[in-house]
Amino acid sequence: MLNIFQNIEISHYIYLSCVLFCIGLFGVLFRRNAIILLMCIELMLNAVNLLFAAFSEYMGDKDANGQMFVFFIMVVAAAEAAVGLAILVMVYRNTRKTDVSFLDSLKD
Amino acid sequence: MNSIGLILGLPLAGFLINGIFGKNLPKSIVGWLGTFTVLASFVIALGVFNDLRHSAIPSEGFHLKLFTFLNIESFNVDFSFTLDRLSIMMTLIITGIGSLIHLYSIAYMHEDEGFYKFFAYLNLFIFNMLMLVLGANFLMLFFGWEGVGLCSYLLIGFWYKNAEYGKAARKAFIMNRIGDLGLLMGLFLIFHQYQSLDYNVVLPKMSNGSTSQSMLTAISMCLFVGAMGKSAQIPLYTWLPDAMAGPTPVSALIHAATMVTAGVYLVVRCEALFYLSPITNNVIMWVGLATSIMAALIGLKQNDIKKVLAYSTVSQLGLMFVALGCGAYTAAMFHLATHAFFKALLFLGSGSVIHAMHHEQDIRQMGGLKSKMPITYITFLIGTLAITGFPFLSGFFSKDEILIAAFEHNKIVYVLAVISATITGLYMFRMFFVTFHGKYRNHHHSFDKVHESPWQMSLPLMLLAVLSVLGGLLNLPSYLGNNISMKLSHWLAPILPMAESHAEMSHNTEFMLIGLVVLLFVLVVLYTRNKYVSKNAVPEEDALTPSTGKVLANKFYIDELYEMVFVKPLEMLSSLVDNFIDSKLIGGLISGISKILVFISGLNKKIQNGNIEYYLTFMVLALALFLGFNLFF
Amino acid sequence: MGNISNLPIPFLVLSFITILCALYVVTSKNPVHSVLALILTFFSISAHYILLNAQFLAIVNLMVYAGAIMVLFLFVLMLLNLSKDSEPVKSNLWGVAAAISAGLLLVIITASFQKTGIAIMQGNAPEIGLVKNLGRVLMTEYLVPFELSGILFIAAMVGAVLLGKRDGATVQEIMDLNNETDNA
Repeated sequence: MLNIFQNIEISHYIYLSCVLFCIGLFGVLFRRNAIILLMCIELMLNAVNLLFAAFSEYMGDKDANGQMFVFFIMVVAAAEAAVGLAILVMVYRNTRKTDVSFLDSLKD
Repeated sequence: MNSIGLILGLPLAGFLINGIFGKNLPKSIVGWLGTFTVLASFVIALGVFNDLRHSAIPSEGFHLKLFTFLNIESFNVDFSFTLDRLSIMMTLIITGIGSLIHLYSIAYMHEDEGFYKFFAYLNLFIFNMLMLVLGANFLMLFFGWEGVGLCSYLLIGFWYKNAEYGKAARKAFIMNRIGDLGLLMGLFLIFHQYQSLDYNVVLPKMSNGSTSQSMLTAISMCLFVGAMGKSAQIPLYTWLPDAMAGPTPVSALIHAATMVTAGVYLVVRCEALFYLSPITNNVIMWVGLATSIMAALIGLKQNDIKKVLAYSTVSQLGLMFVALGCGAYTAAMFHLATHAFFKALLFLGSGSVIHAMHHEQDIRQMGGLKSKMPITYITFLIGTLAITGFPFLSGFFSKDEILIAAFEHNKIVYVLAVISATITGLYMFRMFFVTFHGKYRNHHHSFDKVHESPWQMSLPLMLLAVLSVLGGLLNLPSYLGNNISMKLSHWLAPILPMAESHAEMSHNTEFMLIGLVVLLFVLVVLYTRNKYVSKNAVPEEDALTPSTGKVLANKFYIDELYEMVFVKPLEMLSSLVDNFIDSKLIGGLISGISKILVFISGLNKKIQNGNIEYYLTFMVLALALFLGFNLFF
Repeated sequence: MGNISNLPIPFLVLSFITILCALYVVTSKNPVHSVLALILTFFSISAHYILLNAQFLAIVNLMVYAGAIMVLFLFVLMLLNLSKDSEPVKSNLWGVAAAISAGLLLVIITASFQKTGIAIMQGNAPEIGLVKNLGRVLMTEYLVPFELSGILFIAAMVGAVLLGKRDGATVQEIMDLNNETDNA
C-alpha cells in the first residue's frame, strides 16, 4: 500500500485540483441557469478543498492547518449556498425565470 | 527732494480720488479737485525753479530716488527722478498749461456724463507726462512715454459710444506703438553698450569717444524713430489729425502742448548723443522739413476748424525738428514753449467757437462771429498773429531763431523753412477770416443763440493770450540789446554741454532775414484779407474742389496708401489665420479631442451591459492576464 | 514513467471519475442530471480525501456537501419545477469564450506551478486526519473561528428565512398563489 502512495506526488494533486477548478470556472461562465451556476461554484470550492487537504498531507510535520481550513471552507460554502438559494427563489418569484442574463437592470 | 514727490504725487492723487470716488462726488468738486492738483504742482514747480536759479552747480538738479526697480547682476535701474533745468522748464509748461486746460474743461465738459472720468484721465495724463520729463533714466522715460500713449488713447476715444472715435483712438495708439518699437530698440542698444540706463551714466560715456560711430548712429536713429511716433513726423503722423475726434481740451493739452513735445524733449535730453551723429541729424532735419511743408500744404485745404489746427501742429513740430537737426537745441525748446502757448490758445479758442456753435466744426458753416464772441475773437487773433510771426510776439522770436539756425546750416533748408512759414500764414489767416469775418452762414443754428463762453473758458484764453504776447521774453535775441539777451540759452547751456555755440552772425544779416520774413507775412495778410474778407470768398463745397485742391484736401491720399499697404494685408492675414488656423485647425483639434474622447467612452460604455456572464468572463480573463504578467515578467 | 506497477492506480481511477463527472455537471442540459453528477463528484472527492489520510474530512464532506447542500439544491430544483425544456439556450460563441477563459487560466496556473517548482516532501504524520487530533487543533488554535462560524450560521439562517418569506402571506395564500402560477 505504501508503495502506491510513494508514487503519488503533490504535483498530481495540484494538477487535478487545477483542472477541477477550471472546469467549475467554465461552468460558471457558460451556464445561464442560476442553480447550475451556484453548483459550479460549489465545485470550484471543492477543488480548492482538495488542494488544501493534499498540502496538509504532503507538507510539514503534524500540520493540521490545511484540514482546518478545509473545515472552515465547508462552513462558509454551506452558508453561502443557503443564502444564495434563498435569493434565487426570491428572484424567481419576481421574474418567473432562473436565467441570470435577465438580471441586467444595472446597465447603462 | 520732497518737492519732486509732491509734484508727481498730486496729479496721481487727483487721478485716484476722481477715478474711484468721482462718480459720487458733485461735479464742481471733481472739476476743482482736478484743477487744483495740477495748479499746486505748478506752484511747487515755481518754487523749485527759484531754487534752481540760485543753485550753486548749474548743471546739477534735485534728485529723488524712490526705490530700486530692478537689480539683476550688473543691471541696476531705480525708480528715480531728477529735476534739472531742462525738466523744470518742461514741468512748468506742462503743469501751467495743464491747469489752465483743467479750468477750461470744467465749463466745456459740463454736460457730459463722463465728467469725473475725464478729469481722472487728465490728471493721469499729467502724472505720466511728468514722469516722462522728470525721470532720471531711460526706463522712467519709457514708463511715462507708454503712460501718455495710454492716456492719449483713453482721451481720444473718450466718447466711446461712437465707433469712429474708437478707431481714431486705436490708430493713435498703434502708430505710437510703432514708434515705441524704435524707442525700445534704442534702449536695448544703450543697455547693451553701456550696461546702464541712467542719464548721468550713459550720456557722459557717449561723449568720451569710446563708442563706435555706427553704434551711436544706430542708437540715435532708433530713438528718433520713437520720437517720430510720438511727435507725429513723417511717416507716423496720420494719427494726429484723426485724434481730433477727442474733446477739444484733450486736443489742446495732449496734441498741442505736451505729449507731442515728448519727442523733442527726448532728443534734447540726449543732446550728447545726437550731437555726435551727424547722419541722424541730417535725417532729422530733412524729415522735419518734409513734414512741415507737407502738413502745411494739407492744412491749406482743410475745412474743419480742428483739423486745420492739427495739421498746423504737425507742421510746427516739423519746424522744431528742423531746429534739432541743425543743432539749435535752445531754439527748438524755445519754439516748443511758445508753440505750447499759442497752440493751446488756438485750440481752446476753437473749442469756445465749437461750444458756441453747438458742436458745429465746419468753418464754412461759420462766419461773422466776431460781433458775438469778442473775447474769443481777440484771443484767437492774438494766437493767429503769434503763430504766423507777427513782429515781437512770441512766435516771431522763436521762429526766427529756427530760421537763422537753418540759414547757418544749409541754405536750401532755410528757403524751404521760409516757404513752410509762409504757407502757415496762409492757412491760419484763411481759417481766421472765414470763421470770424464775413456773413454768418449757418442755416441750422440761429445767430442769436451764439454767445460768449463762461468765465472758466474765457479766463484761460486770456491768460494764454498774454503768454503768447510776452512769451518772446524767454529768449530775446542779441540784436535788441546786449544785456537782456538769450535768457533761455543761458539757462539751458549747462545742460547741453555740446551745443554749438551760437556763431555770432552779424546783426545786419539777421535784420535782412527778419525783414524778409516780415515782408512775406505782410503779403500773406494782405492776400488773405483781400480774398476772404473783401471778396467774401468762402471755401467751396467738397464736390466742387478742383483736382489739385482735391489732392490736398484728401491729405495726399496718405491714409489710403497706408490702408492699402499695411492695413489690408494685415487684415487679410488675420482673417486667414482666424478662418483657417484658428477655427479649423486648432478648433478642430480641440473639438476633435473631445470627439475622440466621447467616441472612446461610447465604446467603453458597452462594457457595462449588466450581463453577468460578461462580467465574470472579463474577471477571469483579467485574472489570467495578471497572473501571466506576474509569471513571465 | 516507470513500471506499470508503479502507477498510482487508485489515484488515476478516482481522478478520472472526478473529472468525468465534473464535465457532465457543466455540460448537461437537464438540471437534475447536473445535480446528480455533482453528487457523484463529491463522492469521488471524498475518496480522494481518504487517500490523503483525511478521514474526518471525507465523512464530513459526504455529510455536509453531498448530504445537505445537494439535497437543498434538489429541493429548490423541484420547487421551481425546472426540466430540460425550460433550460435557456446559450449561443455557441459564449461557450467558446468561456472555454478560452477557463483554459487560459488553467494554462497559466499550471505554468506558474512549473516555474516555482514546489519541493516534494513525503508526509510522515498519518494520524493527523483522525478526529481526535483534528478536534484538539480545532478547539485550541482555531477556537475563535469556530465560534465565529457559529455566528455565521445563525446569520445565514436568519437571512435565508427572511429572504424566503413572503410578506405576511399565510400558508393557504401561498398554496393558492402556487396554483395560480401553475394554471397561468
